[in-house]
Amino acid sequence: MSRFGRFRQPSVIPGFGLTLGFTLAYFSLIILVPLVALVLRSAGLGWNGFWAAALDARVLASLRTSFLTALIAAGINVVFGTLIAWVLVRYRFPGRRIFDAMVDLPFALPTAVAGIALTAIYAPNGIVGQFAAQLGWRIAYTPIGITIAMIFIGLPFVVRTIQPILEETSKEVEEASATLGANRFQTISRVLLPSLAPAIMTGFALAFARAVGEYGSVIFIAGNIPFVSEIAPLLIVIRLEEFNYAGAAVIATVMLAISFVMLFVINLIQAWSRRRYGYGS
Amino acid sequence: MEVRVQNVRKEFDRFPALHDVSLDIKSGELIALLGPSGSGKTTLLRLIAGLERPTAGKIFFGQEDASEKSVQERNIGFVFQHYALFRHMTILENVSFGLEVRPRSTRPPKAEIRRRARELLDLVQLSGLEKRYPSQLSGGQRQRVALARALAIEPRVLLLDEPFGALDAQVRRELRKWLREIHDRTGHTTVFVTHDQEEALELADRLCVMSQGKIEQVGTPDTVYDQPQSPFVFGFIGESSALPVNIERGDIWLGDRPIGISSPEASGAARLFFRPHDIELVEGDAALSGVVASSRRVGGTRRVELDIGGAAHRVEIDLPFDHPAGERSQISFRPKRWKLFPPA
Repeated sequence: MSRFGRFRQPSVIPGFGLTLGFTLAYFSLIILVPLVALVLRSAGLGWNGFWAAALDARVLASLRTSFLTALIAAGINVVFGTLIAWVLVRYRFPGRRIFDAMVDLPFALPTAVAGIALTAIYAPNGIVGQFAAQLGWRIAYTPIGITIAMIFIGLPFVVRTIQPILEETSKEVEEASATLGANRFQTISRVLLPSLAPAIMTGFALAFARAVGEYGSVIFIAGNIPFVSEIAPLLIVIRLEEFNYAGAAVIATVMLAISFVMLFVINLIQAWSRRRYGYGS
Repeated sequence: MEVRVQNVRKEFDRFPALHDVSLDIKSGELIALLGPSGSGKTTLLRLIAGLERPTAGKIFFGQEDASEKSVQERNIGFVFQHYALFRHMTILENVSFGLEVRPRSTRPPKAEIRRRARELLDLVQLSGLEKRYPSQLSGGQRQRVALARALAIEPRVLLLDEPFGALDAQVRRELRKWLREIHDRTGHTTVFVTHDQEEALELADRLCVMSQGKIEQVGTPDTVYDQPQSPFVFGFIGESSALPVNIERGDIWLGDRPIGISSPEASGAARLFFRPHDIELVEGDAALSGVVASSRRVGGTRRVELDIGGAAHRVEIDLPFDHPAGERSQISFRPKRWKLFPPA
């Protein structure tokens, strides 16, 4: 206790030592230990073996597919998620509550169900896919299909992070902007969006992280053609089925590293903007 | 810039917030819209600003009909009760905002915008805080930034919605004095909304007292305080007591006793209003007399509650703080200044 003494702050709720201890133990058990095991497993291949497995052309292609589609999906989700959050917060219309509840469905739906449904719709003989096929586009079994699946599962993250902040943003701020002579476009671009930026960033990070790790809904619509529409999580499963556990661990470690760096950078930007805008003060 | 509100009516979903209100605001004056909550004062201010559209009636800025103009076109400065600062912008950026969003043809060059913003921050005594963010300022400082921001666009009219409502008493008093100074220096036509009669009396050139969507009285603080035109104004501005009385051949009676004051008004029932400090203590029968129910020290005087005619009526009067009256002692007095209104 004396060692942590300088972190202690007078508080009406006791138990700093207990809760911190529990937090660390829980965190280690649930997150740190599995991740360390993962890294150790891939380290078993040795330095050269690790890089040989990591820089394999098929692995690189799958990583590129995974991260690129996830980035695009998160980007699209940010745009339309913000729009949906805006409509849900600012307008009252019949069915708003049902609509609001439906936003959460991608959270709850088994991802395989979503994948099969999306494939059925976007396949060349599906409801939407047939029209795309007439135009010469293929959606299912291409990276476009992967992106659509990722948009589907990532949407609630964006809507649910932006919604509360938008509810908190007072209408007075918009009115102040108007009284100062700003037109609607200026009010949105210079007042509203910048104040939402931290929430948008969080939504982006969550949607991106979910999309990178997504497996169930993607593999049905992706077609899983190596070098074209094969995602990294699928390649991990393929390696496992080949009993190449170390190879699987290598891909997982690389994904982990890239994701961690990206999320860490996003977190830094957020912390900076949060400090700046004085959230929580 | 003078502002004329002409027969304005405003309904929210059929619920009337303002009934047929007309008000002339003179150029350069500081006028207070004063009333309890729900009296329509904020609605009137927002109608002048263009943040609401009137259901009927017109609003003129000078000779020009502004009723159909948008907020942006009206060129008004508006200060909100909760500041409504842009929290992602520094203080300087907040104040510059109004000039920076102007179309290119009327926008001053960047250096000029900065210079003017700095000048205004100087005016509101916040120089040196340009680079801070709103969250780093105190409430009083934020409200001063909001005022500087509103002044930056060189508004034709300055409108303030309960500008000191969210501040504590001491800061309020300081800002009040300071707002008066700024107004005298810049000479803007200024309209501010408040529910605090003390603030309105101290600050405004004229008061516009409102109640239930109607204007009760417009006048200088002296007129409104000394010659209230309605029971509502008498009760809302300053302190007062009311008694139901009868007029008989020029004499005013309470119950079965004449109280020693007379009125030329026709005989009949009436309500007598007077202020606690406008009384004189008297000896004799022709007076109001009551039993002290409670007394407390208020500043330099003693405020006494009297039960008159048993416990039927209770009034408040001011006595010298060293008056010997204690609980249950009998006191007789007459109002020195008073007013009669028809019975409720």
